[in-house]
Amino acid sequence: MTEAVTATATGEIQPRTPNHPGTMPGLVLTARQLTKRFGGLAAVNQVNLDLWQGRIHGVIGPNGAGKSTLTNLLSGDLPPTEGTVTLAGQDITGWNPERISRQRLGRSYQKTNIFPAFTVWENIRLAAQSRNQPFAFNPLAWLTRAATHAVVNERAEKALELALLGSRRNTIAGAASHGEQRQLEIAMTLATEPQVLLLDEPLAGMGTMEAERMVQLLLGLKADHAMMLVEHDMDAVFAVADHLTVMVNGQVIASDTPAAVRADVTVQAAYLGEAH
Amino acid sequence: MSAPKAQLETLPRSLTLMLAVALIGLAAVPVFGADYTIGLVTSMMIMAIFAMSLDLLQGVTGLVSLGHAAFFGLAGYALAFMTPSGQAVSLWWTLPLAVGASALAALLIGFFVVRTHGIYFIMVTMAFAQMVYFLFFDIKALGGSDGLYLNFKPDAGLFDLEDKRVFFWFTLACLVATYAFLRRLLFSPFGRALAGIRANGHRMRALGFASFSHKLAAFTLAGALAGLAGYLWAAQTGFMNPELMGFHMSAHAIMMVILGGMGNFAGAIVGAFAFEYLLHLFKDLPDIGSFRTGKHWQLWMGLFIVAIVILAPRGILGLLARWLQRKETGDD
Repeated sequence: MTEAVTATATGEIQPRTPNHPGTMPGLVLTARQLTKRFGGLAAVNQVNLDLWQGRIHGVIGPNGAGKSTLTNLLSGDLPPTEGTVTLAGQDITGWNPERISRQRLGRSYQKTNIFPAFTVWENIRLAAQSRNQPFAFNPLAWLTRAATHAVVNERAEKALELALLGSRRNTIAGAASHGEQRQLEIAMTLATEPQVLLLDEPLAGMGTMEAERMVQLLLGLKADHAMMLVEHDMDAVFAVADHLTVMVNGQVIASDTPAAVRADVTVQAAYLGEAH
Repeated sequence: MSAPKAQLETLPRSLTLMLAVALIGLAAVPVFGADYTIGLVTSMMIMAIFAMSLDLLQGVTGLVSLGHAAFFGLAGYALAFMTPSGQAVSLWWTLPLAVGASALAALLIGFFVVRTHGIYFIMVTMAFAQMVYFLFFDIKALGGSDGLYLNFKPDAGLFDLEDKRVFFWFTLACLVATYAFLRRLLFSPFGRALAGIRANGHRMRALGFASFSHKLAAFTLAGALAGLAGYLWAAQTGFMNPELMGFHMSAHAIMMVILGGMGNFAGAIVGAFAFEYLLHLFKDLPDIGSFRTGKHWQLWMGLFIVAIVILAPRGILGLLARWLQRKETGDD
């Protein structure tokens, strides 16, 4: 195992070496003591997490474990009650989603979140445009044709190809298959050129063939991104993840390599025991 | 509350052709029409500019405002304040100033209201507009409930706006320029971002779009264009009163946009013409016994709008597009 940190059963992190995102090569995002309480319920409780360039960090756990809440805390969709999030050396705790996105963190959603009435291409082109935003009050932004922006088109084209959607360019997104819509979600995220990718159950509802294609897509993206993969499909997550964090009731009960997690008695008892 | 759906962003060629023919017919009205007709069609064109300005918010950005008439009224009042009782003032500085006043008011009000959405946006825009309405209604120096009168139309120097025909063509030029500008804007990066905000504001934020500044810019621009309509209204009619800023006026604009078809600006023009025409038609309905049919024109208008929403959710323009499409298919 090559991770610089490990988590104990209570979620406590024991750093092996000092780590500061932005100063430690490869470490892109850290979350420390991240907590979200809804009234008396701690949906996410004292979670620590590191995301590294070129690695897929799987997050697993039963329904209600707090995985999606954790994703929302990292992306700014929810403000944390406690704790910090650091991205590329910058403390982004409490930032709103658009600011965090511009700091090069992209995410996909558990429930497909696209522009269903637009074509596949327009979905991706719009996402790519987000990186070339002129100030809204700039009249030049009111009078040029969006479709002719070469830099934006080039970025969108790249994302379209990376997400294997080249043949579906002119399809109305809402009419695409479920699997293609999930690919489109990822394409839109890629078009924003993120360094961190948070993927919330990208395989949800997919058939075997679609899931296989998605797994290949994720592996293809790994080298250039720090990725967090929240997933229920155990075969897929064990196949692609370099590191696994297991959550139960908002807390981290294990964080280690997939092999070590599979062998962990606590994890087997709490979660994997029934399935494996 | 889901955002309203825009339709027919890209107009079919046959529909564009039909609109172009209508435009030529419109330009010929002063040549063949009587003074009353010229005045009536001029006011229809002014309302069309007003409806297009609201369509930028309602149809393109998905923000339904019940306070849009405030910006219409402010520019009209601005012209009334700038026009002395004994002489005309120049169009060339009063127009930018009046439109600028509406834009500034929209910027200030928008700063607070675009933070809200759905039903809250509707209520807050109405609340702000009612504040403006009562300000002008209650303060005598601002004209009070009687409003203000203008004795002269603005002086354009190169052409005489006191001539009804010239005023008609000037208004038509404003209508065409506003339409061309808004159509261009619809397909610009800014317009695409607004369409994205209407379709899925949450996703736009996750993609990194500054949703607040985009909505504020749209609100300000829509306010400025409503101001252009208000300025022309004041210049044409020679009076302004607080009713022109009330929420009834805003509601009429909403109905025009729905009636014509949202999100493409051509629908707003068609809707404004249809609304104004129907208004006159219903007002002139003959009495049935002791029942004064024409007095209750709002009842008939309401029923008509309900019928359109149920039978033709894409508005009159959508109906036209469907009819033309069927005709083309049939011809094939």
